[in-house]
Amino acid sequence: MATYLEFIQQNEERDGVRFSWNVWPSSRLEATRMVVPLACLLTPLKERPDLPPVQYEPVLCSRPTCKAVLNPLCQVDYRAKLWACNFCFQRNQFPPAYGGISEVNQPAELMPQFSTIEYMIQRGAQSPLIFLYVVDTCLEEDDLQALKESLQMSLSLLPPDALVGLITFGRMVQVHELSCEGISKSYVFRGTKDLTAKQIQDMLGLTKPAMPMQQARPVQPQEHPCASTRFLQPVHKIDMNLTDLLGELQRDPWPVTQGKRPLRSTGVALSIAVGLLEGTFPNTGARIMLFTGGPPTQGPGMVVGDELKIPIRSWHDIEKDNARFMKKATKHYEMLANRTAANGHCIDIYACALDQTGLLEMKCCANLTGGYMVMGDSFNTSLFKQTFQRIFTKDFNGDFRMAFGATLDIKTSRELKIAGAIGPCVSLNVKGPCVSENELGVGGTSQWKICGLDPTSTLGIYFEVVNQHNAPIPQGGRGAIQFVTHYQHSSTQRRIRVTTIARNWADVQSQLRHIEAAFDQEAAAVLMARLGVFRAESEEGPDVLRWLDRQLIRLCQKFGQYNKEDPTSFRLSDSFSLYPQTIAQWRKAGYQDMPEYENFKHLLQAPLDDAQEILQARFPMPRYINTEHGGSQARFLLSKVNPSQTHNNLYAWGQETGAPILTDDVSLQVFMDHLKKLAVSSAC
Amino acid sequence: MNVNQSVPPVPSFGQPQPVYPGYHQSSYGGQSGSTAPTIPYGAYNGPVPGYQQTPPQGMSRAPPSSGAPPASTAQAPCGQAAYGQFGQGDVQNGPSSTVQMQRLPGSQPFGSPLAPVGNQPAVLQPYGPPLTSAQVTAQLSGMQISGAVAPAPPSSGLGYGPPTSLASASGSFPNSGLYGSYPQGQAPPLSQAQGHPGIQTSQRSAPSQASGFTPPASGGPRLPSMTGPLLPGQSFGGPSVSQPNHVSSPPPQALPPGTQMTGPLGPLPPMHSPQQSGYQPQQNGSFGPARGPQPNYGSPYPAAPTFGSQSGPQPLPPKRLDPDAIPSPIQVIEDDRNNRGTEPFVTGVRGQVPPLVTTNFLVKDQGNASPRYIRCTSYNIPCTSDMAKQAQVPLAAVIKPLASLPPEEASPYVVDHGESGPLRCNRCKAYMCPFMQFIEGGRRFQCCFCSCINDVPPQYFQHLDHTGKRVDAYDRPELSLGSYEFLATVDYCKNNKFPSPPAFIFMIDVSYNAIRTGLVRLLCEELKSLLDFLPREGGAEESAIRVGFVTYNKVLHFYNVKSSLAQPQMMVVSDVADMFVPLLDGFLVNINESRAVITSLLDQIPEMFADTRETETVFVPVIQAGMEALKAAECAGKLFLFHTSLPIAEAPGKLKNRDDRKLINTDKEKTLFQPQTGAYQTLAKECVAQGCCVDLFLFPNQYVDVATLSVVPQLTGGSVYKYACFQVENDQERFLSDLRRDVQKVVGFDAVMRVRTSTGIRAVDFFGAFYMSNTTDVELAGLDGDKTVTVEFKHDDRLNEESGALLQCALLYTSCAGQRRLRIHNLALNCCTQLADLYRNCETDTLINYMAKFAYRGVLNSPVKAVRDTLITQCAQILACYRKNCASPSSAGQLILPECMKLLPVYLNCVLKSDVLQPGAEITTDDRAYVRQLVTSMDVAETNVFFYPRLLPLTKSPIESTTEPPAVRASEERLSNGDMYLLENGLNLFLWVGASVQQGVVQSLFSVSSFSQITSGLSVLPVLDNPLSKKVRGLIDSLRAQRSRYMKLIVVKQEDKLEMLFKHFLVEDKSLSGGASYVDFLCHMHKEIRQLLS
Repeated sequence: MATYLEFIQQNEERDGVRFSWNVWPSSRLEATRMVVPLACLLTPLKERPDLPPVQYEPVLCSRPTCKAVLNPLCQVDYRAKLWACNFCFQRNQFPPAYGGISEVNQPAELMPQFSTIEYMIQRGAQSPLIFLYVVDTCLEEDDLQALKESLQMSLSLLPPDALVGLITFGRMVQVHELSCEGISKSYVFRGTKDLTAKQIQDMLGLTKPAMPMQQARPVQPQEHPCASTRFLQPVHKIDMNLTDLLGELQRDPWPVTQGKRPLRSTGVALSIAVGLLEGTFPNTGARIMLFTGGPPTQGPGMVVGDELKIPIRSWHDIEKDNARFMKKATKHYEMLANRTAANGHCIDIYACALDQTGLLEMKCCANLTGGYMVMGDSFNTSLFKQTFQRIFTKDFNGDFRMAFGATLDIKTSRELKIAGAIGPCVSLNVKGPCVSENELGVGGTSQWKICGLDPTSTLGIYFEVVNQHNAPIPQGGRGAIQFVTHYQHSSTQRRIRVTTIARNWADVQSQLRHIEAAFDQEAAAVLMARLGVFRAESEEGPDVLRWLDRQLIRLCQKFGQYNKEDPTSFRLSDSFSLYPQTIAQWRKAGYQDMPEYENFKHLLQAPLDDAQEILQARFPMPRYINTEHGGSQARFLLSKVNPSQTHNNLYAWGQETGAPILTDDVSLQVFMDHLKKLAVSSAC
Repeated sequence: MNVNQSVPPVPSFGQPQPVYPGYHQSSYGGQSGSTAPTIPYGAYNGPVPGYQQTPPQGMSRAPPSSGAPPASTAQAPCGQAAYGQFGQGDVQNGPSSTVQMQRLPGSQPFGSPLAPVGNQPAVLQPYGPPLTSAQVTAQLSGMQISGAVAPAPPSSGLGYGPPTSLASASGSFPNSGLYGSYPQGQAPPLSQAQGHPGIQTSQRSAPSQASGFTPPASGGPRLPSMTGPLLPGQSFGGPSVSQPNHVSSPPPQALPPGTQMTGPLGPLPPMHSPQQSGYQPQQNGSFGPARGPQPNYGSPYPAAPTFGSQSGPQPLPPKRLDPDAIPSPIQVIEDDRNNRGTEPFVTGVRGQVPPLVTTNFLVKDQGNASPRYIRCTSYNIPCTSDMAKQAQVPLAAVIKPLASLPPEEASPYVVDHGESGPLRCNRCKAYMCPFMQFIEGGRRFQCCFCSCINDVPPQYFQHLDHTGKRVDAYDRPELSLGSYEFLATVDYCKNNKFPSPPAFIFMIDVSYNAIRTGLVRLLCEELKSLLDFLPREGGAEESAIRVGFVTYNKVLHFYNVKSSLAQPQMMVVSDVADMFVPLLDGFLVNINESRAVITSLLDQIPEMFADTRETETVFVPVIQAGMEALKAAECAGKLFLFHTSLPIAEAPGKLKNRDDRKLINTDKEKTLFQPQTGAYQTLAKECVAQGCCVDLFLFPNQYVDVATLSVVPQLTGGSVYKYACFQVENDQERFLSDLRRDVQKVVGFDAVMRVRTSTGIRAVDFFGAFYMSNTTDVELAGLDGDKTVTVEFKHDDRLNEESGALLQCALLYTSCAGQRRLRIHNLALNCCTQLADLYRNCETDTLINYMAKFAYRGVLNSPVKAVRDTLITQCAQILACYRKNCASPSSAGQLILPECMKLLPVYLNCVLKSDVLQPGAEITTDDRAYVRQLVTSMDVAETNVFFYPRLLPLTKSPIESTTEPPAVRASEERLSNGDMYLLENGLNLFLWVGASVQQGVVQSLFSVSSFSQITSGLSVLPVLDNPLSKKVRGLIDSLRAQRSRYMKLIVVKQEDKLEMLFKHFLVEDKSLSGGASYVDFLCHMHKEIRQLLS
């Protein structure tokens, strides 16, 4: 066998899965002592050019509580045409179509190389993809112009049969009807009034009241589809119309007096977008794309008032619980996000402004629905333009790199239970035998909904080893996990991707070295970071930091080689050497769930050509700043790189003493020194 | 004989009647001699020798029946006596009234007689000394006493509260001087009278001669004069009786009774009736029993045609009163035209009664406002409230501040006083006007309204000439004219900002009904060209008015028609519960700049909704949207709302169908006139605050609740137009014509009108289409040249004959170009101490205008029957007071009407039978509410023709004649079946074709060969090239041109079923709904009067 490094890489490429531990401690007690939990990073739609989908449906275990999918780990009795579920050990009859099955004539799903397989489902109506643009018109002229151009350009990138819709907002919210000739129509809503989904649909004429008069009846069948599609039309039918409409978009005409912010009804606009899709295309892949150039300033979801003299909330305000609108706004967006998720739609937020735009309050919209959140200075930057363009890139098959309305279903073998998931998903609240009582992340369920995902969307899945210490697993025993992902492919087909993996169990006491060697420190760093971030949502910042630090120290204590009380003797094996550094980075990034942070360091340390290459590969498009030593833009760099040694003496551990430090954090050297000291200390 | 009565041209007021000169002079001369005014009366006295006899009869009965002696005569004397004593001393009176009261107790006796009549106290009081409260009560109790021999002193005027009495008392004093002469002479009798008033009167009356009028006060008692003759009534009493033709005629005495029917004329039948055979039955039925209260009248109608029935049953058809003998509106109008139509009316003289509204005349402004702007019920106001109460003649002015003028008359000059603004009195804020008195060499002026002395600002200083007049008086409109305008300064503007030009917003119902009838297409097509004719200021090149468009069904569609757009944008607002305006820029635009976009929009609207299935509409949110749009644009303006159906969609102001004809004639009938919900009033208030006037065009197929929908137009100074069952083919011309006129007419916006008066009277009540948030300021979101405000005045102090009474109506408004202006109208009236002066200077048309509006407002709060009764009572009181105080003594059976008011009964009857007060079976609830609403802002000319339609014969006059044919009276009897007639009342226009019209005429007018081939209900005459066709069509056009609303023609054939509709407008006849005929009503009125007098 190759090195673990290769093993990990192979697994990732084939299955889109990386575990923190690739050999699993065999009992609950041992597992908890490992500090880093047993967990994996799952990329459900990992691109597999070599994996064409099979054109039939999966075979399921017949036990109602199991329903695992037939996989290479199952034992098969070719004679009796039976197979045993490797999760629940139920014996199942093969369906009639598998009549010709034999050792030499195996279906793909039984072949070991198909530990990940994709099924294509033919049933059910296909519905087109839907893109609903929600556009802020309270922008500077340049910004608006750039945005309009980007949007117009995007029409050419959309699949021709995709449905598009347009909502613009400023002081009011306008829902544009796209099918009209000669006159452009829009429905207008007050930006200050929270409307229920029902009201919105009534006002948009989407609900047909039961018409008592019979005269209306014959018309109804035709009228209904019309009504629902008035606002959402196939691109190929109305791209000229929409291009013109976008071209005529004006800045919000309502006067903004000196000392005021423009009135921006983001909350209502989003609410209407959600309500519109909810009423017309529930459970169909749809993407609400919000483009905003500033904070919501009125109505539900407002983040700051329109008085310029009152600045938008700062961290300081938030810590002191002094942010007036935050709770209400957050609640509003959470409510929207949950509804959107329930409908299987996703929300992207593209916020371009020099000041804050209230992403903090709105973040759940993207987080819970699997949407993108992109932050830039202006719509007139390549950061935005290219990021936006990249959303519509296609894969090797010419399909859009996006999928919708996915559900992820996880099965585990008996020794394991699912503790939770962290990622762009919401719980579907499906309890089952493999659901743990202890939650890590979004737990209490074995299924999650992921409304929007792309080939890089990755979830952290956390497990709990439940095998008791006194019930040892037989030597060579393996634990298995199956990930079943139903989703709507960008070609509008429904597909199911099934990944089944297995890992060896090992006794910690006797095989610690094995386990240590099978540690995936990169994956572990990311998984821990996700946990940290997740905790930060509900806990105080410093507590989370302390927790992260303690976890790190414990890990070092467990796996380091050292003499007590002698920091200089501290050594970590190769498989652990990077983890602390990454954690150090993550400590700084703290609570922001912005994966690009992790990349900045690399990016900024690389030569320029490297930078360009990276820029092309990353999504969202990173902010690219070219600077030099002492240049004014260097502050961006300095805030991200390893702080200079000269700041060392000013630094106080844990920041409690609060000396004014310009950079975010300590230098890596100092960090490591402290870490070693603490790890070897017996006091810890 | 007096037969002529009707015929004799009625001289204008002051002038003596040529016909009868002889009479009165003799009688009156002496008496009245003292006061100049008496002379004019002479005219009246009809000399009816014959009558005199009759009176006695009546008299004789009277006493028994009523028990109460005719108070009037008796009282009068008393009053005089009383005055004689105190009067003068108290003249100064103002404050001291109470004191006076106390002194006077003696006079009480009078009160009693009156008692029976509820209101009358007014009449009495003047005469009687003021009552103390104690007395009053006593009187009340003593009412019945009346008949009784002079009740004990304690009883005094009934009804009156002490305070009123005080006032009256004070008022009366001034008179004393005048009366003085009289009373004394008569004194002796008077004293008796006091004791037993009734008796005296009767005695005296008998002998009386017909001398036209006695001076008011004294008149009654003075027996001599009146008996036979009727004043104005000459036409009445005298003639009818005497005429051989009439039934009544036979027995001179009998006449009266016989006439009873005719009521007017005669003596009181009732009494006699039992005795006399011939007439009795009728009399009994009608009058006899009724005596006190007539049960039938008023309420009765519904059940049975009250009046009609009474008269109807008359056994003796031949004896009917000759309709020609009773006062004829046609005659009065003709006479006034002939007498006053030729010379311009010069306004320089105080208290002049202008020509009738039916007369064409020019006006020269020489210091008083033209009657086109202000008309009064009387141009001579009683000096005291006592007198006023006694007469019961309402003191009201009908003001039309922005009236349009004929081209020959200059519109008011605009005066610009620069930054200092118009000069005003510091205390009462009255504006500089010709009546202000400059003193101290011109350095100060004394306010003619409140007497405050103000400094003349240096820049306004001017020397006075030897007469005390400013040298520049004739250079300054505000010093020499009755009407003029000031440019307002920024202080007069909302928020201290000069206004922006106003805007018009067209709000079009595009629900199924509107589309189906073709209304939307028609309207959009018309607007394309009509928008070029928005009102402009003076010589402006283009109108400053901006326009906006909204369509709606149960949601609203706003349109962005900004000139820079390639195509219009529609913005739908469905949140009707919480209306707002979705756009700012591009909604209100200049028509010329955005013409292409607007045209494109108007082309598309009918197409866009062509397939609509939406039948529900909203209403309140629509107006709210328009109002909000104006608010957002910071301007005033007008909404033109085109609406088809009851707004039943879920929204504020949602209505339900509550039409219920069963409520008619119940106490709940008033609810039919009241709005269903308060939302409309609230909205109207907001509209007024924004200067948002609403014009409503309704196209209902069924009940739309006009009473509710018209609330906003009504309170914002807007108009309501209603086209029931609208169909493009039939109603297009009418609608478009109304629309054109409505859009083009000059409007003032965001207006406030205030009427100031000189000390002594005060504006207390206002009628019209406007809103008032306090008791003095009339707020009009919009005001056009057709809108009229009727203002009622009451005394709050005594007036002075010398200084008269002044009115100043100031209207602050924003012109259609956005200029803030003040229009000032001034009018000086005379004041009198003798009731005769009042009656001589009245204008019945104006009076009717006031009474109709009063009644039409009354139905909102009181049962219709009560309103009708109030009108009848008031009318009876007015006439009774005249009879008692001004007419020369005559038999009680004689109906005597003041010359100026001789048409009051016929006109009042028309008001009483109008659809609002006495609905026929075919009148819908909506129509009643609509008419009620229309009348509220009508001017005098409009109410005149509305209540008494014009009926023009078409073939009587030679075809060549280019003038309008003389009208005939609105009665079926006047129709000849060989002729054709046009009938119009300002809203409706009929062409009635007699069954035996010559075939040639039919051919040349309708292009068909016979009467039977004429299409009944035809609304357009074929255009034929022959003189008759041209003439008739020309006449129709000219009639339409005279009215503010287009009258749709309806051709009615004799004996056709449509004729019922037509007959409804023959107002002298009995109506199907129970309205009395003129003759019957006159009888009834006579009876009421007699009751009051007895």
